[in-house]
Amino acid sequence: MRIEYFQLIDRIVDLDLAGQTIRTEARVPTASTIFEGHFPGYPLMPGVLLIEAMAQTSGWLVIGVTRFTRMPFFAALKEAKLRSFVTPGQTLALSAKLLHEGSGYAVTKADIRCDNKLICNAELTFRLVEFPNAEFRASMEKMAAILEFPMGALAHG
Amino acid sequence: MPSTFDTVAKIISETCDIPRETIKPESHAINDLGIDSLDFLDIAFAIDKAFGIKMPLEQWTQEVNDGKATTEQYFQLNNLCTRIDELVAAKGA
Repeated sequence: MRIEYFQLIDRIVDLDLAGQTIRTEARVPTASTIFEGHFPGYPLMPGVLLIEAMAQTSGWLVIGVTRFTRMPFFAALKEAKLRSFVTPGQTLALSAKLLHEGSGYAVTKADIRCDNKLICNAELTFRLVEFPNAEFRASMEKMAAILEFPMGALAHG
Repeated sequence: MPSTFDTVAKIISETCDIPRETIKPESHAINDLGIDSLDFLDIAFAIDKAFGIKMPLEQWTQEVNDGKATTEQYFQLNNLCTRIDELVAAKGA
């Protein structure tokens, strides 16, 4: 996890296009400027960043399901529950399931677990648009490679 | 069995907190009911689920942007319901 670069997941563990699910993992860094303010003497991973981590996990699922033809932009959040604190150094297991792929939008259900304990969960909605430009698409493909996104699954899924 | 309009009106009322009695077949979702694009995503999700369809919103939006269709054709509720009925019929064909 590189919080300052808004890269909130480290690796795509599994992408199941038939089942329309994804699993990712992320390790919260032991040190970050964010923890200096959130909170002094009591560092906690901000809940909004846990939500962003669920959005990124869901986003890669949507990119997979749409075969890299659409870019999902986070649009709405429902029923978000932040159930436990997350502290520096913890390893998170994230998962998402596609509830619906509409025309120009998608809805997912996502959660984060730590040591099998449910940390947070929510329903997320995304607007799906064509990639705005080639540079942006290339940057997403580069990130996909870093995250071990299974490009081969797109051809066979 | 409720009509398509009754189902759509109920969805709009519950999703956008609009009094049911103000939602008429001739109401325009955007111009009359003030539904914005984000709220319409919620409505589309509920309609897609309720009728087991996938409304082609991208295509409709493109047609409107290209001047090939008016918003009334897709977002006036009686017309929207006609489109939904067509999609449901096409699904069963």
